[in-house]
Amino acid sequence: MGLVTTARVKSPWIMHFDCGSCNGCDIEILACLTPLYDVERFGIINIGNPKHADVLVVTGAANRRNARVLRNLYEQMPEPKLVMAVGTCACSGGVFHQCPNILGGVDKVIPVNVYVPGCAARPEAIIDGVVLALQKLAGAA
Amino acid sequence: MTGPVFLFVLAVLTVVLAPLVGGLLFGLDRKLTARLQGRVGPPLVQPFYDVLKLWHKEKIAVNRLHLVWAWAYLVLVIASLLLLVWQQDLLLLVFTLGFAAIALVMGSFSVRSPYSHFGGQRELMQLLAYEPVLLLTAVAVYFRTGTFLVSGILQQDRPLLFSLPLVFAALVIILTIKMRKSPFDLAACEHAHQELVRGIYTEYSGPYLALIQVAHWYELVLVLALIGLFWAHPWWAGVLLAVAAFFAELVVDNSTARVTWPVMLRLVWASCLTLVLANLAALYLIV
Ligand code: SF4
Repeated sequence: MGLVTTARVKSPWIMHFDCGSCNGCDIEILACLTPLYDVERFGIINIGNPKHADVLVVTGAANRRNARVLRNLYEQMPEPKLVMAVGTCACSGGVFHQCPNILGGVDKVIPVNVYVPGCAARPEAIIDGVVLALQKLAGAA
Repeated sequence: MTGPVFLFVLAVLTVVLAPLVGGLLFGLDRKLTARLQGRVGPPLVQPFYDVLKLWHKEKIAVNRLHLVWAWAYLVLVIASLLLLVWQQDLLLLVFTLGFAAIALVMGSFSVRSPYSHFGGQRELMQLLAYEPVLLLTAVAVYFRTGTFLVSGILQQDRPLLFSLPLVFAALVIILTIKMRKSPFDLAACEHAHQELVRGIYTEYSGPYLALIQVAHWYELVLVLALIGLFWAHPWWAGVLLAVAAFFAELVVDNSTARVTWPVMLRLVWASCLTLVLANLAALYLIV
């Protein structure tokens, strides 16, 4: 693994976008940042700006309203970038599946690299997902 | 030992070594902060990973002027550091450093993002708070040593700290602003991730964000060196002084909450200006 790839794997800055989730998954993502799970030890920082982010973490199902916002955020992120769908809603629409305003999973709008299922997804599962995403990053580079 | 070759070698060494020290100090900061909060924290070399990663990200520029100001910030900070190691004029150093801060502000104003503008305004407020104190510090040093030249300060046998203790205290308060630490981390900060607080960086991405980060490393080394100047002989006393100030800053950062800008202005002006002026008055009456 080259130096640059190492740096990429060691410093994934995440941006969290709540795409209309019930807040269950959001709370679990925030739990990852607390002292108990402390994802900063892997260099992960929760950053509120798509221009600085490497990983876009989306919770909740895509709907007709927020699809445009989601695409906009994704396009503002500089390459290389990854997308993680966290929670059953983000993966497939979950309990909101087939609601009239719901398009389905996040992958209906933007390409998704890692799916983390669960309602709500547990912090361990989310961290596992990030590790998986980083392996993809290391493999791709 | 002041030939042009020597000065050149000194400059090269500074430009190469300062970011290494600064980056490690930032890493230490993050590690210790994490420990103070009961977390494990990132590795010590995390800032280098961050910058290396940012440097190799896709280049997205909003406009050319924006980037010019980012470079200007870096170059001006390096220039002020060089003024210090070349033992030049303290007053010129303060102005160059001030111009560097202005470059950052101009950069944030050269794009249309409102967050960026918020950040710029807040940085200006910080500048308003600390610039008079820095200037008065230079004046106090002149009062004590009879010269603005850093070389003149280094020739003193008694540490400046003994005759300028209150000025030193004011400088430590200013260090909180310059290190972007709580309670005065209005414009930007290492650990908060809100859009407003990091507004000044909003439109910088990838390599340009890395540039600004590296400039922060230089700036940290510079302000710590200024602190160390208060006990320049023997040199390790100065280093100890700077390190002590750095750790004090970390404790303050973790035990205070961010204040609003009017409170910051009032606090900094009231405390620092009083300290510096009292020290000047004491010098005037005693000498
Ligand atoms: S997956 Fe469950 S917890 Fe997560 S957003 Fe959907 S409904 Fe809420």
